[in-house]
Amino acid sequence: MTILFGVFLLTLLVITAIAVVRAENLFVAVMLLGIFSLLIAANFFVLNAADVALTEAAVGAGISTVLFLGALALTNERERPHRGTRWLSVAVVTSAALVLMYATFDKPAFGDPNAPVQLHVSPWYLEMTPHLIDIPNVVTAVLGSFRGYDTLGEVFVVFTAGIGVMFLLSAGPASGAGNGPGSGQGSGPGRPKLPGRKSYAGIGLRDHLIPRIVGRMLVPFILLFGLYVQFHGKYGPGGGFQAGALIAASFILYALVEGESRTLQALPQKALTGLMVGGALLYGSVGLAGIFLGSNFLDYSVLASNPVKGQQLGILLIEAGVGMTVTGVLLSIFHAFAARGTD
Amino acid sequence: MMGMVLDIISWVLLSAGGVFVLIGGIGALRMPNLYTRMHAASVTDTMGAILVLTGIMLQAGLSLATIKLGAILIFLLITSPTSSYALASAALLAGVKPDGSLAEDNEATE
Repeated sequence: MTILFGVFLLTLLVITAIAVVRAENLFVAVMLLGIFSLLIAANFFVLNAADVALTEAAVGAGISTVLFLGALALTNERERPHRGTRWLSVAVVTSAALVLMYATFDKPAFGDPNAPVQLHVSPWYLEMTPHLIDIPNVVTAVLGSFRGYDTLGEVFVVFTAGIGVMFLLSAGPASGAGNGPGSGQGSGPGRPKLPGRKSYAGIGLRDHLIPRIVGRMLVPFILLFGLYVQFHGKYGPGGGFQAGALIAASFILYALVEGESRTLQALPQKALTGLMVGGALLYGSVGLAGIFLGSNFLDYSVLASNPVKGQQLGILLIEAGVGMTVTGVLLSIFHAFAARGTD
Repeated sequence: MMGMVLDIISWVLLSAGGVFVLIGGIGALRMPNLYTRMHAASVTDTMGAILVLTGIMLQAGLSLATIKLGAILIFLLITSPTSSYALASAALLAGVKPDGSLAEDNEATE
């Protein structure tokens, strides 16, 4: 059954990928990319990787679609036409595809219990998580504790990306105020800025009663769900990355229905920068606390009298750090795009 | 006995939901312009979602999963009409006319 679903989803994935490449209208391509992410998420879920599926659905299909639309609102919606076939690109892509196909021949069969990936460290993680950390979700244990260095690296990558985008778009804290409902909203007010169209700049969602009411009604629930995902990550799928994306999504929804300026009143850019920096700092200081308490960097066992409790506390703290950084970075990027749109 | 009755009801609901989703899909492909397509596709959001989710709720029995499914159902029933509204109004603002003619819709080619 898994194989049937997998083949079905992967076939759809290939079709979507071809459609993305062939789409000349970039709005269509962005929508197709959202579908692509959703299909990958479904595929991850079929393979029992609920944590990854949640991340992919929240970040890939949700936030990045909004960010793409925000970027498209600043530029043209049509791809630049090009003549002729780019033989060099075709050759590179074809040879890479052939190499990848050749590599698959050496891969172990799907679900093979003797595959190297099942024999290396995974059994140890599965066996030792109940003893060392005592939380049901092994993924969180691996991410937060066993491979805490990797996650620290990811947080700093996200942090660096946020700083990079903010530098590129040079969003000052004050430049976000304006008639901003929906610079990132795509097919609505994003398009009219293009030449040759009537201007609908004043018509945001503010004048649309139904989306506004429903959006306002949903924001607290999305926020609550984000916090649930944040703090329930030990027991079920979830954690800082997914929660950060969900919390950012709730604020983006608020920005779409109520406008940029009110969102920035509720959560000013200073607070976002604080979240960005504070999250990375929290993660790093939890690691340093391990050193000062007489153990290794990112060893949480010494944080409490009981090593297992210490591990749980450490994971809770670093997940909070991850969530803070991801929320801050995603919202800062969104505001940076939106502020550019209102200039 | 009770379990079998519940099973039968649940499968009837699931199959009916599948039929509605299929009808919605065919309609979205075959209808002539954007608004009629949305009209057809909304069958998927409403009848399809209600029937399929109720069918799964019957399968899950009285458990936490049923409550979660109920929450998902309420969420879908609130959000999908809203997104349909937003889509239609965005299309109207972008100049797609609901003219009732059978011409090929011009959502992307205008």
